[in-house]
Amino acid sequence: MTTTKKTEGLSASDRPNSYIGKTVPRPNLDRLMQGRGAYVSDIELPRMAHVAFLRSPHAHARIRSIDGSAARQMPGVIAVVDGNELSATITPWIGVLSHLKGLKSAPQHAIAPDRACWQGEAVAAIVATSRALAEDASEVVLVDYEVLDAVTDMRAALDPKTPIIHPSLGDNLAFERLYSAGEVDQAFAASDEVVEAEFVFGRHTGVTLEPRAVVADWNSADARLTIYQGTQAPHMVQNIAAHHLGLSEQQVRVVCKDVGGSFGIKVHIYADEMATYALSKLLRRPIRFVADRVESFNTDIHARDHRCIGRVGVARDGTIRAFEIDDLTGIGPYSMYPRTSAIEANQVVNLVGGPYMTKSYRARTRVVFQNKNVMCQYRAVGHPIACAITEGLVDLAAARIGMDPIEIRRRNLIADDAYPCGSPTGLRFEKLSHQASLAKLVEMMGYDELRAEQVALRKKNIHRGIGIASFIEVTNPSAAFYGVGGARISSQDGVAVRLDGQGAVICQTSITEQGQGSEAITAQIVATALGVSLERVRVILGDTDNTPYGGGTWASRGAGIGGEAALQAAKALRSNILEVAAAILQSAPDELDIANDAVVNASDRATRMELRELARIVYFRPDTLPPGMQPELMATRHYVPREFPFAFTNGIQASWLEVDTETGFIKLLKHWVVEDCGTMINPQLVDEQIRGGVVQGLGAALFEKCIYDERGQLTNANMADYLVPMSGEMPDIDVGHVVSPTLESELGAKGAGEAGTAGAAAAVINAVNDALRPSGTIITEIPLTPDVILRALGRI
Amino acid sequence: MTAPVAIALEVNGERVEANVLPRLNLADFLREHLQLTGTHVGCEHGVCGACTVRINGEIVRACLVLAVQASGQSVQTIEELSDSGEIADLQVAFRERNALQCGYCTPAMLMAAQDLLRRQPEPSREQIREHLSGNYCRCTGYQAIVDAVEATARARKARAQ
Amino acid sequence: MVSGKVAHMKAPPFAYARATSVDHALDMLSMHGEGAKLLSGGQSLLPAMNLRLMSPDIVIDIGDLTGLRGISIQSDVIRIGALTRHVELLESPEIARLAPLLAEAARHIAHPAIRNRGTIGGSLAHADPAAELPACMVVLDATIVVRARGGERRIAATDFFQGIFATALSADELLVAVELPIGRGPATYFFHEFARRHGDYALAGVAARATSDAQVLSEVRMAFFGIADKPILAKAATSLINVRGTPERIFDAAEAFGRELDPSEDQQASADLRRHLAKVLFRRCAETLLGFEPVL
Repeated sequence: MTTTKKTEGLSASDRPNSYIGKTVPRPNLDRLMQGRGAYVSDIELPRMAHVAFLRSPHAHARIRSIDGSAARQMPGVIAVVDGNELSATITPWIGVLSHLKGLKSAPQHAIAPDRACWQGEAVAAIVATSRALAEDASEVVLVDYEVLDAVTDMRAALDPKTPIIHPSLGDNLAFERLYSAGEVDQAFAASDEVVEAEFVFGRHTGVTLEPRAVVADWNSADARLTIYQGTQAPHMVQNIAAHHLGLSEQQVRVVCKDVGGSFGIKVHIYADEMATYALSKLLRRPIRFVADRVESFNTDIHARDHRCIGRVGVARDGTIRAFEIDDLTGIGPYSMYPRTSAIEANQVVNLVGGPYMTKSYRARTRVVFQNKNVMCQYRAVGHPIACAITEGLVDLAAARIGMDPIEIRRRNLIADDAYPCGSPTGLRFEKLSHQASLAKLVEMMGYDELRAEQVALRKKNIHRGIGIASFIEVTNPSAAFYGVGGARISSQDGVAVRLDGQGAVICQTSITEQGQGSEAITAQIVATALGVSLERVRVILGDTDNTPYGGGTWASRGAGIGGEAALQAAKALRSNILEVAAAILQSAPDELDIANDAVVNASDRATRMELRELARIVYFRPDTLPPGMQPELMATRHYVPREFPFAFTNGIQASWLEVDTETGFIKLLKHWVVEDCGTMINPQLVDEQIRGGVVQGLGAALFEKCIYDERGQLTNANMADYLVPMSGEMPDIDVGHVVSPTLESELGAKGAGEAGTAGAAAAVINAVNDALRPSGTIITEIPLTPDVILRALGRI
Repeated sequence: MTAPVAIALEVNGERVEANVLPRLNLADFLREHLQLTGTHVGCEHGVCGACTVRINGEIVRACLVLAVQASGQSVQTIEELSDSGEIADLQVAFRERNALQCGYCTPAMLMAAQDLLRRQPEPSREQIREHLSGNYCRCTGYQAIVDAVEATARARKARAQ
Repeated sequence: MVSGKVAHMKAPPFAYARATSVDHALDMLSMHGEGAKLLSGGQSLLPAMNLRLMSPDIVIDIGDLTGLRGISIQSDVIRIGALTRHVELLESPEIARLAPLLAEAARHIAHPAIRNRGTIGGSLAHADPAAELPACMVVLDATIVVRARGGERRIAATDFFQGIFATALSADELLVAVELPIGRGPATYFFHEFARRHGDYALAGVAARATSDAQVLSEVRMAFFGIADKPILAKAATSLINVRGTPERIFDAAEAFGRELDPSEDQQASADLRRHLAKVLFRRCAETLLGFEPVL
């Protein structure tokens, strides 16, 4: 007997007709393109009512009294509920994790009972038969506020004269972390040049096109709460809703249907959503809450509000001797729950200098409370800040010693054969490819030609710039991220696969879909590992009643963790199928394989039995099976990373742009990304994640900023005044890859969802400074508005 | 409170009669009264483009039209453009290029793209970007959408020859 | 007690009436005064109502008044009905021939779906300082034709726009048409605006018309929008009339123009930026009108 191929123990990519590494269209795109998706705001349930929240117009105010009597008389009004009343139904929470030493926060309620701490915090809920009627009624709810001083400047938050938002906490410091590695002072002293700059990042937010929306349905007869919500982490929501409503997890079901964008915005626990769950229980009917756009700006988590002084020490030969940062970030009045508002700053400390060999590093970060909207994890959490600072300092060092930005990186990026190794902050790298990625980028972008073009155009007073940004990216997090701190956020995921009565495949996975292609890659992996055609695989996700227990999709973990679970489950099912098939066909499992929806000979690939037929026998004619046989056509496997706390990926980006030095306007000409995320299950989906992520970063670089005035009022809470990137201003983005699979899993996939956002703004900042280099102007602030550019140039 | 107004209009080729409050906008009317939920609400102040529908063949923002204004008019939503096959090739191109991720902007994006191709059968990439510049997408970064529209234009030209 | 006013996004309740004639519309305006809002394109009114910034008692829909539609040429004027949609300005052969500046300006108004609904009457009556059409009316010496129950009034564009969202219209008047003088001989036009993104309101923009002969301007009008509370005619442009246009003269005139200004400040741009961009626009405009090669 000759075997032309190994079948048992094949890696995922080796199997005949493998879908791994193939660009195949996602299933179920049709319903989205026909306008037949099912988003939460499309859901209608019998007796469903609508809630509008009355929100504090003040950044900080004591609530002396709330009079809802007039509102209750308004047409269609079912209930007017304040924080004190609602607190009988739902308990408050505190957003801390024990492994973030010293992190402190105050209890936050679903509806503020005594005190509103940011403009937009809900102080009452009005439930009515329509949203419009609820809004009408909210206008006649009388609230007596005692306006309090607001803390609105993070730089002053720790001044003794500044009021303390939560006196019981003693000060406005939520979290501080100090870190030092290597001999930092000696390293700076030994440097030929030391460059310092202050980096300022505009607070911004996700602006998901579908706003946050929840339908909470308490069925008092079943004593069960069904929550329809576009959350990335349904089991987490299940756990938290149950906990704070005094229910067991079994009494809560979370269902995620189509989600109109999330990017981390919809992975957190929001007071108004918790209030909606509680209102449903209180009023014993379904309640729908859909945030409107103004509400979204005022209450969706904000992110990336940082001011950071960065220093770099460099030798004349280009060796970077040391990095140092002193970072300050102003969050809201509460640390967000349950993932905390200290993670972003913690990441900044962890990630600065990450791609480089430099061993000496010192960092301080302070996270301070403010009377502004809450802040928490948003796509690429902390990476855009760390990358902009690191890459900005590297470019400044290069300019100071007169070295090309590519050359200084070549000299300092960790060598591709140095692995496994670690960062000064204790991050463990399994295998990265900084040098290969750099080389590939240089080739892809035609670096030398662009430099020549830059020189030629400068003579005509046209200022173009090239900006480079290398980065590392956290993916596939283990329990090290949240679990160790006490959060009930699962770091493992599970997949159950089974054959149905026709021999087709049903697959249930605990990861979730927000458009990145979780459904698609799960199907591709399962189809490949089983040997079935993709069309015969149906994926069920986003339902705590009908999927294994898991973490969901966030921190770029869906492919790496959920994908591995899918692979192992499918392999287990394959094994079970072959065992039954062998018994029926009087063969041995290792003489058989599954291909094209049928059991075949491993040797000559001849069809022995269609899966349809095998299913028929197992489900309907088990009397024909060998005695005692109990076939099992369903298998479940879970997967959790055990070896590395995070699967780091690496990448490098370049921006090519033109600065009009007369008007301050920037034109983005082109963008490149080289990304190494290990095994790519669907290359097109990876590239599209990167493109979408890049454009979010470009938006941050040029346009996006939540503008607060000194009274803590968000002055641009609408889409005309908060500028998001639209198609007219965005460049084409070329994406290339290097592939360094992780050996920890069989699939070898790392994550890719956030890489685009991690480095895009950094590349743009560096490109602008590169364009302006002849004038000596250095700008280290985003967004790079015309005002910022022209002021830096001294033209206004 | 103000009195409901009787309206009669054509929606996706069907005659519809209803009594609506004056303040009800067309997007909410389509979604809540007719359960045509393919038209999405993203901002309610006319900036994001997610609510794009056609009135008498021209694209408009349904959140900026009152239902009462649409009385006597012919409204088409994504459901009809899709069922009639009018945008079938655009949909194929979108699928092949993954020009949608979460799908929330997609119905409107398809309507705006089809509007462009009807007016300008051979648009440049810049013209595509400009025509779609009023439709917000947060997921794709726009490039795949531009690719899909460009490919459809080329294919339509080839079929016409 | 403080009533809890917060921005919400479903429009507040209002009554609705469809005008069957101009007189009918005027009767209702008289009856309701400040409590009434006219609805033509709705592209400014509806966002304001959805954001609960405006809460009229009654909305008077003039969309059925076909007499207010249409573009017609009458001896020495082109008359544009108030209900003419922006897309019609873009597509009209008469506008292209006789008032190309309007077509160029209309290209910059928002996005296609907005242009399919928004009307010239609505835009002028709304008088957003950053809008394109009011500046065009000023530059083209337009006459705004308004009607009240007592009769018709004709208002020069330069007198019509009085401040942010403020015009010479009184509460009982309806803007029915604009008339632009034509047949005044060949002219050069210039239009440019600086906006952060396609279709955004301009941070600064200019609409200009001039007649010239061999780098000497005999007439010039430059109307700037987006920089103040209404369109601003650049007085400094007159210093370029009947003199040989030179880079130095243009620079000086631009600087003088900058000194005329008291620009507005908002989240999109500081006063300094607006002043600066206005001067850049002035310079580029003058260069183009004079036949130099502009750097755009």
